[in-house]
Amino acid sequence: MNPLELADARPGPAFTVTLDGREIPALPGQTVAAALWAAGITSWRTTRGQGRPRGIFCGIGVCFDCLVTVNDRPNQRACLVTLRPGDAIRTQEGTGHDD
Amino acid sequence: MTERPHLAVIGAGPAGLAASLAAAARGVRVTLIDAAPDAGGQFYRQPATGLGARRPQALHHQWRTWERLRDGLAAQADIRHLTEHHVWCVERKSSGSDRPDAFTVHALLGPLQEEPATVHADAVLLATGGYERVLPFPGWTLPGVVTAGGAQAMLKAGLVVPGRVAVVAGTGPLLLPVATGLAAAGVRVEALVESADPKAVVRHTRALAAKLPEAARYAARLLRHRVRFLPRNAVVEAHGDERVESVTVAALDADGRVRPGTGRRIPCDTLAIGHGMLPHTDLAETLGCRLDGVRVHADEEQRTDVPGVWAAGESTGIGGAALSLAEGHIAGRSIAARLAGRTPDPRGWATAAKSRTKLGEFAAALDTVYAPPAHWTEQVTDDTVVCRCEEVTAGAIREAVGGLGAADVRTVKLLTRAGMGWCQGRMCGPAVAGLASCELTPARRPFARPVPLGVLAQEAQEAQEAEATDAAEAARETRKAQDHAHPTEKELS
Ligand SMILES: Cc1cc2nc3c(=O)[nH]c(=O)nc-3n(C[C@H](O)[C@H](O)[C@H](O)COP(=O)(O)OP(=O)(O)OC[C@H]3O[C@@H](n4cnc5c(N)ncnc54)[C@H](O)[C@@H]3O)c2cc1C
Ligand code: FES
Repeated sequence: MNPLELADARPGPAFTVTLDGREIPALPGQTVAAALWAAGITSWRTTRGQGRPRGIFCGIGVCFDCLVTVNDRPNQRACLVTLRPGDAIRTQEGTGHDD
Repeated sequence: MTERPHLAVIGAGPAGLAASLAAAARGVRVTLIDAAPDAGGQFYRQPATGLGARRPQALHHQWRTWERLRDGLAAQADIRHLTEHHVWCVERKSSGSDRPDAFTVHALLGPLQEEPATVHADAVLLATGGYERVLPFPGWTLPGVVTAGGAQAMLKAGLVVPGRVAVVAGTGPLLLPVATGLAAAGVRVEALVESADPKAVVRHTRALAAKLPEAARYAARLLRHRVRFLPRNAVVEAHGDERVESVTVAALDADGRVRPGTGRRIPCDTLAIGHGMLPHTDLAETLGCRLDGVRVHADEEQRTDVPGVWAAGESTGIGGAALSLAEGHIAGRSIAARLAGRTPDPRGWATAAKSRTKLGEFAAALDTVYAPPAHWTEQVTDDTVVCRCEEVTAGAIREAVGGLGAADVRTVKLLTRAGMGWCQGRMCGPAVAGLASCELTPARRPFARPVPLGVLAQEAQEAQEAEATDAAEAARETRKAQDHAHPTEKELS
């Protein structure tokens, strides 16, 4: 059973956001990280030093591994930010201030 | 009539909720402040409202208790619940706790955390809970490797799972609900890898006996989902390039060393891992509260050693939701009495105190059984990244210790930058301490959250203005006092 079925969820209408221009579906109330996980995406940034991929680690706002650019604001924690229709997410490289 | 006393509770988990309800029922005005969009904390984390979950209890246990807390919060008009308020500092304005407005709670609003907000209160309860400890191993920074609690949090709040095939590993009681939760949500859980030896539990049966039925229920559920249980085993490496593709699991000997030649690969796209939890102590640290090791010190009434500051739940030591509830209840009653100028009668909370004692013993027993394997550092290769934020390797830390003589976490930090990044050492602290063979000491972080410079500047300006106002006030007072000493004619007449 998938998690939505398990909790008998009847979410409001799905909407789309973009990840680097690509359309991704999202459900009302989901965070950036939740929508990306639901779309099968587990990494959305590369590290400053070695350019290694990262995504969610702690899931609760403590570790800062999930940093992402949301509507041109870099360094947002994907596990905390709730999505709104039309949000433009961008994968983040390095400090997020280079692009 | 004077204004009723005002309590600020930070953290709306089991501890903060129990305390708020107990205090409000006894005439205290409560402001309950939490970073999350909903009450519940980690244990009772709720699905986002927009997801319209009709059966959120499917992801929970002890749902009845949550219903009682939730309904109590809704019914209690004396509790103001501030959601999405990230507290970065609690400031103490006066040395005495009896002065109104003794504390200012500084918070940042919303997920972007840019807009400041403040709450003034006569007393503060720190109920900030804890966060998961994960010790490093090769491959632990790969996407798809997540904390066990984090996987649970994402599942409970967002109704999402990280992949299709998972291994749940590490040590501690949290792994059980995480493995059963993921399995129930459709993830194939290949194995639950526990480094501790369940046989050790037998030596602690007295304290643990009460929890055996719960463990048995979990065991039955694991069996139903055909989850293999691998005790006395550990994940020694996660493999993959862009994300985890498999893990190597190896058996441990009685000393906690990996048995050579026992390694085997398990293919998976997710590794949920945890090695126990650590208390959140940063707000207590800035308030100058005494810590016992890594937890906030609290007395029988849940008071810290700073007047006007109480602490309850996992900020005072990891022990589970039931212990947090008991401590919160006691704290709430103590606060209500103290703010009314009375010495509380502990007989009023005898039941809660009894469960606090019992659950405390239980937590101590669990702590002994579920310690990370003694020789975990032997698996950490020199090129394993230890500080995830600053990408500091184990080799660099070993060099700082062996070559440059660093003997504590602070010196390692100064020499290597381990712990200087975004998370301020919350993730790598225990690992650095382990690799340097020194004790994990409180980090003394100035703020509990990163604070935009603009907010700090604004605070500084306001403080300056307040000082100026205070000075003007003082001057007025002096003038008044002088006037009293030399009464004017008008006053005489
Ligand atoms: C990620 C995670 C998942 C967990 N899942 C489970 C589980 O499924 N089952 C289980 O038995 N145990 C679980 N636990 C253990 C759990 O912590 C305890 O059992 C219980 O929730 C502790 O209660 P508490 O009231 O002390 O703190 P918590 O429930 O942790 O509540 C603390 C609250 O304080 C808030 N807070 C902390 N710092 C700040 C701040 N600076 N500003 C504003 N708000 C703040 C947090 O948002 C949180 O809501 C989990 C722990 C973690 C870390
Ligand atoms: S995953 Fe740790 S802060 Fe978002």
